[in-house]
Amino acid sequence: MDNGLPRLILAAILAAALLALPALVEAAGRGYWTGIATHVLIFALAAGSLNLILGFGGMVSFGHAAFLGTGAYVVGILSHHASMGIPIATWPFAIAGTESALIAWPLAMLAAGALAFVIGLISLRTGGLYFIMITLAFAQMVYFFFVSLEPYGGDDGLSMWSRSRLPGLDLGSDTQFYYVVLALVALAYFLKSRVIHSRFGVVLRGSRDNDRRMRAIGHPTRRYRLAAFTLAGAVAGLAGALIANQTEFVSPAFLHWTRSGEMLVMVILGGIGTVLGPALGATAFLLLEEVFSGWTEHWMIVLGPLLLAVVLFAKRGLWGLVSRPGEVPRD
Amino acid sequence: MTEPLLRVTGLRKAFGAVVATDGLHLDVMPGEVHALIGPNGAGKTTLVAQLAGEIAPDDGRIDFAGADITRLSMHARTRRGLARSFQITSLFPRFTALENVALAVQARAGHAFRFWRPAWRDPTLLEPAHAVLARLGLDLHADRPASTLSHGEQRQLEIAVALATQPRLLLLDEPMAGLGPEDSAWMVELLGELRGEVAMLLIEHDMDAVFTLADRITVLVYGRALASGTPDAIRADPEVRRAYLGDGAEAGAEAV
Amino acid sequence: MLLILEQTLNGLQLGVMLFLMAAGLTLICGIMSFINLAHGSLYMVGAYVAATVAQATGSFLLGVCAALPAAGLVAMALEWSALGRLYDRDHLDQVLATFGLILFFNELVKIVWGAQPIFLDTPAWLSGSVEIVPGVPYSTYRLAIIVVGLAVALGLYLLIARTRVGMLIRAGASNRRMVSALGVDIKRLYTLIFGLGAMLAALAGVMAGPIYAVQVGMGENILILAFVVIVVGGIGSVRGALVAALLVGLVDTLGRAFLPTLLQLAFDPATANGVGASLASMTIYIFMAAILAWRPQGLFPAHG
Repeated sequence: MDNGLPRLILAAILAAALLALPALVEAAGRGYWTGIATHVLIFALAAGSLNLILGFGGMVSFGHAAFLGTGAYVVGILSHHASMGIPIATWPFAIAGTESALIAWPLAMLAAGALAFVIGLISLRTGGLYFIMITLAFAQMVYFFFVSLEPYGGDDGLSMWSRSRLPGLDLGSDTQFYYVVLALVALAYFLKSRVIHSRFGVVLRGSRDNDRRMRAIGHPTRRYRLAAFTLAGAVAGLAGALIANQTEFVSPAFLHWTRSGEMLVMVILGGIGTVLGPALGATAFLLLEEVFSGWTEHWMIVLGPLLLAVVLFAKRGLWGLVSRPGEVPRD
Repeated sequence: MTEPLLRVTGLRKAFGAVVATDGLHLDVMPGEVHALIGPNGAGKTTLVAQLAGEIAPDDGRIDFAGADITRLSMHARTRRGLARSFQITSLFPRFTALENVALAVQARAGHAFRFWRPAWRDPTLLEPAHAVLARLGLDLHADRPASTLSHGEQRQLEIAVALATQPRLLLLDEPMAGLGPEDSAWMVELLGELRGEVAMLLIEHDMDAVFTLADRITVLVYGRALASGTPDAIRADPEVRRAYLGDGAEAGAEAV
Repeated sequence: MLLILEQTLNGLQLGVMLFLMAAGLTLICGIMSFINLAHGSLYMVGAYVAATVAQATGSFLLGVCAALPAAGLVAMALEWSALGRLYDRDHLDQVLATFGLILFFNELVKIVWGAQPIFLDTPAWLSGSVEIVPGVPYSTYRLAIIVVGLAVALGLYLLIARTRVGMLIRAGASNRRMVSALGVDIKRLYTLIFGLGAMLAALAGVMAGPIYAVQVGMGENILILAFVVIVVGGIGSVRGALVAALLVGLVDTLGRAFLPTLLQLAFDPATANGVGASLASMTIYIFMAAILAWRPQGLFPAHG
């Protein structure tokens, strides 16, 4: 059971590789890979937040893109107002736009978390098939909301003048931005590994495995599930804030329902209910996309059947292949 | 005279035209082992669901420890001291036996909005959990995932989890279900040891177990209490023999 | 008044199309406990096949006759080869597998027909308009959709209420185990339901063709609307699907038509139009939320 040492070594190698990555790809003359790696890290964050509710909470949410997109739009809209010099509101009190990451990013988390709270409040009254369809439907509602939001570009989206500002750093530099993202992702994964073993985490996992029994032994599980849903939404909002920064552009495409589907795919591909699985899944998915779309514009014709095959034959995902085979699945 | 711990008054539940609980009255005194028997279809399952808070009665009320709990949720009832075991084993298969019990211990240890310290290294959860496992003779299996336990051990763990919530009343839904004679005997012994410490409402088909354990027996037929009394009184009651034991009344009575 | 009449008919027309999508979907959800995202792909396949055949032969009806069996066969082949194995699996697995199928079908259609929308013309005998009440013309084609949709609803009702297959479907929707206990070849029943659902979806796709463009991904928006319908109506209930589909069609159409105007009573026109457009796109979801807050299992829960 205990193989702490190999794991520690593996983690050290991984950390060193991630820290050295910008320098390595620069030396290899492929500096643009830093941007790709940043993109992968951001989706590792988003997929990781989904895994909290999907893998550890058993909630099949098909609307995670709504939170990602909301976070992105908060940053985009604040930045838009700041660069245009127009206040967001003048009444009841004046609210100005901002490009400060220290204000905009937490606000992105707050907005996405609040949205997740409201959607969760309604969706968690149900379960199973209902839950999947309702989260999908609400995400679609948020999608159409932004599509019809003409002042901020509607369907076409909204360009940002620059990335957010962080004191002492220049986020406009891809390398510096990479390290900021890496730090946030590492922090989030560390916190998640604590949370899932905490009292909150065991209640969440207990409710995933047997919610009825959890309530019968006295746990008011719905409020914990709602808290997890909200938390996951907020972290997805942060991922959205980062995506908006990387691309310096926000559009309803971030909220498209296929985005939600892709995040589900990342979680499953990597290994559901494992801490590092979603990061692995995000990496695999985005690299596959990178490689295959280089070969053919029709790479989805490969991905689709591949998904079907994974579901039919490789239930435990990539993490299941690299970790010990045949082990009783425990968390 | 002491107040009953659980008092069911005029409880009624119908599904369409089928009346599953029909104006039922029932008392359980503190510390009492009260058995509930009745033929299949007598409404035992529906009654358990209403007592546990899974389905709402159409009419009537349930008082527990002096308070009306008719509209309380399942978890709120458990927190007041009304715990249940399930007829079909209901555990957390991926968690160890110890963790199964510790989850129940945690339920009465306040809210779970604690995100930092690992729960399974917390002695305030594990020590009481160990104590409960030891009490039920499961301490050897503490670290085995629940899914790997034998059926008999899972039935014991089922009781352990309920007991770990520190109930004042245990609602036992067929604790002997699926047990062989040896395991059944062990379960009867175990429940006998709990007598006096916690009141029990025992729903059971195994008549040996019922007549060994019960202080009082209520016979449920068509959603109503047909008779209620000591085991001897129930054994002697001609109406019970006719209604419950049916055609084979004589032979059945011998078995009882 | 006349505008309200016209918009109400438009709402009914959207409603019956949603019903055609939702009827199969709700049966598959209710009886097989299977979530089929690829249902929208069958709608798309129906539309493309119909458009191609209609272009080649010049006959809309031949297009319809080709599209329905084509979609039904595709669906039954999928059910038989892959999806049927997923009935007992997690909903998550089903979501993933059918999500994969959507990606596959969208790309396949792109390869075969190209990324540009293609067109399916309204048949000549249905173009033009009729006067429903004196002085109010209404598109004949849209009226025909309403008639066909309601006729199909009636047909489904008779099938489910009066036939042996229907009896099995009803039994399956309320209690799955009972059907297997009856000793019916349950697999055949499942395949059949899948094919039937696909044909209904294809019919909706064909009828949508002349109104909206026939294009890649056309099935997805209506799929999500059909989910809203199922959730509102109650999973597994065809009657619920009909009521909910008409309600959703009406709420959506009337909301889009009149919300901006209504808001002008309270706000200046520019704000009213902006807010109205945003709100209108959200009305059916708010409607769904309201229904769920009231009845979490939908209007006509089929189970329990």
